[in-house]
Amino acid sequence: MNLESKIPEGPLAEKWTNHKFNVKLVNPANKRKYDVIVVGTGLAGASAAASLAELGYNVKSFCFQDSPRRAHSIAAQGGINAAKNYQNDGDSVFRLFYDTIKGGDYRSREANVYRLAEVSVNIIDQCVAQGVPFAREYGGLLANRSFGGAQVSRTFYARGQTGQQLLLGAYSALSRQIANGKVELFPRTEMLDLVMVDGKARGIVTRNLVTGKIESHSAHAVVLATGGYGNVFYLSTNAMGSNVTAAWRAHRKGALMANPCYTQIHPTCIPVSGDHQSKLTLMSESLRNDGRVWVPATKELAEKIRKKEIHPNDLSEDERDYYLERKYPAFGNLVPRDVASRNAKYVCDEGRGVNETGKAVYLDFRDAIKRDGEDVIAGKYGNLFDMYKQITGSNPYKEPMTIFPAVHYTMGGLWVDYNLKTNIDGLYATGESNFSDHGANRLGASALMQGLADGYFVIPYTIGNYLAGEKYEKVGTDHEAFKEAEKAVKDNIDKLLSIKGSKSVDQYHKELGKIMWDYCGMSRTGEGLKKAKEMIKELRADFWKNVKVLGSNEEFNSSLEKASRVSDFLELGELMIDDALHREESCGGHFREEHQTPEGEAKRNDEDFAYVAAWEYTGPEKPETLHKEQLIFENVKLTQRSYK
Amino acid sequence: MKFKLKIWRQKNNQDKGAFKTYDLDGVSSDMSFLEMIDVLNEQLIEKDEDPVHFDHDCREGICGMCSMYINGEPHGPLKGVTTCQLHMRSFQDGETITIEPWRAKAFPVVKDLAVDRSAFDRVIQAGGYVSVNTGGTPDANEIPIPKSVADEAFDAATCIGCGACVAACKNASAMLFVSAKISQLSMLPQGQVERAERAQKMVAQMDAEGFGACTNTGACSAECPKGIDLSNIARMNREFLSAKVGSQE
Repeated sequence: MNLESKIPEGPLAEKWTNHKFNVKLVNPANKRKYDVIVVGTGLAGASAAASLAELGYNVKSFCFQDSPRRAHSIAAQGGINAAKNYQNDGDSVFRLFYDTIKGGDYRSREANVYRLAEVSVNIIDQCVAQGVPFAREYGGLLANRSFGGAQVSRTFYARGQTGQQLLLGAYSALSRQIANGKVELFPRTEMLDLVMVDGKARGIVTRNLVTGKIESHSAHAVVLATGGYGNVFYLSTNAMGSNVTAAWRAHRKGALMANPCYTQIHPTCIPVSGDHQSKLTLMSESLRNDGRVWVPATKELAEKIRKKEIHPNDLSEDERDYYLERKYPAFGNLVPRDVASRNAKYVCDEGRGVNETGKAVYLDFRDAIKRDGEDVIAGKYGNLFDMYKQITGSNPYKEPMTIFPAVHYTMGGLWVDYNLKTNIDGLYATGESNFSDHGANRLGASALMQGLADGYFVIPYTIGNYLAGEKYEKVGTDHEAFKEAEKAVKDNIDKLLSIKGSKSVDQYHKELGKIMWDYCGMSRTGEGLKKAKEMIKELRADFWKNVKVLGSNEEFNSSLEKASRVSDFLELGELMIDDALHREESCGGHFREEHQTPEGEAKRNDEDFAYVAAWEYTGPEKPETLHKEQLIFENVKLTQRSYK
Repeated sequence: MKFKLKIWRQKNNQDKGAFKTYDLDGVSSDMSFLEMIDVLNEQLIEKDEDPVHFDHDCREGICGMCSMYINGEPHGPLKGVTTCQLHMRSFQDGETITIEPWRAKAFPVVKDLAVDRSAFDRVIQAGGYVSVNTGGTPDANEIPIPKSVADEAFDAATCIGCGACVAACKNASAMLFVSAKISQLSMLPQGQVERAERAQKMVAQMDAEGFGACTNTGACSAECPKGIDLSNIARMNREFLSAKVGSQE
């Protein structure tokens, strides 16, 4: 298989402009003859559905939640980057591009990332026009702050609820098109298969989560905007419903899955408190602007703190180790996420962790409150502080927060070309569900940027190029391909319901999550990965013999929903392990202990691994085939990432 | 900790529904309320009983999907939090806890504790937006907004659409939800063009959905997990009235 990235010719800064001119257009009067399916209503999905409907296409929009407004983009707190240079501090499109490429540890595509930086400025304009209430300065102009991995202030924010406000903006644009009759909305509906006719994506099969009704929907193109698969780890910052099913079912129909092992571990989460825990709560990374990260200087002091013999506030300056500021003086507490996370793990591995489990470090606002006053800090982070207090019972104005890394964002996803089209004609993937823009690591405030860039400003252009070459004729849902897909979906559901084993779905999910976290989490070894592969194989076999799913299909059945999703996670988990195992280097979120610099930093191998690993499904229980897309860097020099 | 749970069980929209009582032991005070139900559900599955259905997703207090009355209060006894952010340390060991779905004509029960809140979506569809197409928008800083105005609009914009306001109201009025969106957009320069039309259309849709009238008792605001202020309702009434007067000219 030849992976054609379709990167346009010409200088980097002109590629997108030239490409937009060169793509074929669909006559406005003909746009109403085309139907497009958009699965997912987060930033990428809602913005795409709204924009495509505005252009005149007939859009069907699907989400598994009860309303599009619940999509998990809503939980992104910190902010969204844009190269506006409103602060006159030396920002530019090229600098945002450069920071993103470097932050992604040189494992993303230059042309995609440049386009992302380029359209970032339009995103802010678009959202402000929609009435998104971004933070303002007293002069009425937009305020900015800085974020991990950057030395300029380019992050736009809406208190600690940026994702919420941006999503509600996209949701309102979507709502307007629903009212206009250009978008038909299907809430509480889950995509369970992709339908292909003559080698092209022509529709999907869905299950109505309330009635269990299996339905087919036909279209000229399908856009997957289904988010990430971090819930493969069970404990993560993802919403409970976030899953890989739509993308995985497309993968089983031939769409390649790229770089699945790249998982971002977010450095500032509230630590795990016990076995009952169902999810981890993220504290915004923006807290690292003012909070100082530290652990006690010695193991002995840490132990006393764990036993509650001394209080963190009692420690003198020289009893505290501000390890990020010490090791990375230039970036300090604002080092990128992978660096911050790994260093938290190291100090805890040394025995200097500060809570009962020994897996936590401090994030301390004492100095910031002394410097700026409590009111200023409350103004910036008030709701985050309240949330922290609510969950932990401890007051961060009076004592340092405790934080620990947790699974957050998946940089891998469906392989797409420059047009965001997968290797299947007519099938597109946007936002977190594709692999394209973040490389092996993601900088803070760049996920919201990608979701909206793809939805508002990329897919509306590129999908037209495809549709312009397609006939208007619709494929009826009585077509054999739809009937076959429906049958496969029903058979799979019947199978899950017929096992009637003894272990609940959650038990399998928790076991899978533990294997993934222990062996394919913050750091990996070849040996551990091989072991994990066997463990997952066994777990999967056991699942299909022993899982207990109660009830029937024809009802609102949350166990059945979960069982179907976990069965896909079990397959994806093994592919993540294979991907991590073959990549004999360390980069960004993928840290192979065998490959590190003498200082313990990630050591890339550009000679052999500067490529996208795209995996092809070859059949149940068969090893997947690896395809490589070589990454070509013409505009940046590949260097060892250093934040010192 | 140990609890007696009285939970509303209703198989589907046609079913009559009834309370069922469960005893639950071994609850940690660090568990969230939903994690406590997760534990109960694992035990029910063990006994081949249908687990309790409830809506939930982000479990960070932001998505607005979790709902349910706990001891007669939407989202439970604590002020300013959603059910997912309520922890068992807020309850007394041995307590009996009554758990019910939102009760409102406009929010029909789907199953057990899950209700259909799509009426809210239809109210937003009636005009809760600024009509702007993608692309061709002016530079963001060409629309300066005084910080105090932006902050006030933001306070209204924090509504998560959970429906607690409707559930708390004896008339099941949706005034707080609707007024939050009308307020946000009426304060911002971007929302001015459609201001009058928006107020009329959203109010009309709210009535059409079967939400009750507002009697200014303030239960909605008191129970709102995001602290949406009652003054938004006053603002909405002004917007609606001036829209009515304006349209007659």
